[in-house]
Amino acid sequence: MSELTPNSVPKTTTVEVRLPSRMGFEKVAMSTASAVAKLMGFREDRIEDLKTAVAEACINAIEHGNRLNDKLSVGVVLSAGADSLEVKVIDDGTGMTKQPGNVHKPDIDRKMHGEEGPRGMGMFLIQALVDEAEWVAGSGGKSSYVRLVIRLDKDAE
Amino acid sequence: MQSETKTRVEQLTSPAGHPVTVLRFEGDIASTSKDAVLGTYQALPKETVRLVLLDFSKVDYINSSGIALVIQMMIEASNSAQMIYAFGLSAHFTKVFTMVGITKYAGLFPGQAEALAAL
Repeated sequence: MSELTPNSVPKTTTVEVRLPSRMGFEKVAMSTASAVAKLMGFREDRIEDLKTAVAEACINAIEHGNRLNDKLSVGVVLSAGADSLEVKVIDDGTGMTKQPGNVHKPDIDRKMHGEEGPRGMGMFLIQALVDEAEWVAGSGGKSSYVRLVIRLDKDAE
Repeated sequence: MQSETKTRVEQLTSPAGHPVTVLRFEGDIASTSKDAVLGTYQALPKETVRLVLLDFSKVDYINSSGIALVIQMMIEASNSAQMIYAFGLSAHFTKVFTMVGITKYAGLFPGQAEALAAL
């Protein structure tokens, strides 16, 4: 990973992690994403945003994509470019195609009045915490993924 | 893989003289934390407990399922005329709690002293 310095990143460096479909293992992806983002020079607050977005993407993949099936795994592919980090979280579910504009924003008033369930905030958090988020349904009901991008803001980092 | 949630209940009195029930959490707050979070809250006597203060200072990881448990507690508290407050959240989770609207119904404070001073 020593090539992740600003002067020597001519192309993308890829790190891959494979997680069992068991709750809690999202923390492995969080730690990996955090380590890669640190090497790239992201600010601490952006790394915290990334960790939460990656955790929520993995939880969705484990719980909804792979339906907690121990025989299936979740793939996490981190691609570090010169000025951005892309994270793909891949599962074996049928998935969905969703753009950030279609993600439901939780309404705390409706939740407090029992008109909306207390859960259902994962996708909102993902899209709110990263610079780009898209959900892509896999062909033939396989290999659906969520793709997240977080950009290095060179002026602010 | 998830670090078990531990909860400790403590009774304090605010400088204004109001009894405050503090729920001190430790570990992760996730889907597996239902008993530790909601169960502990539900075991409090509803007739006497009016002010509930949540201590997150020893919590490292909260996910959306954990946040949903806090919201569920807020709903139950609201139905029992109780008030929920919290302190000890990191800057990141203060931002996340604000984003999902929790701050509209529960006051967040940096530390215990600031929270008690406001109650």
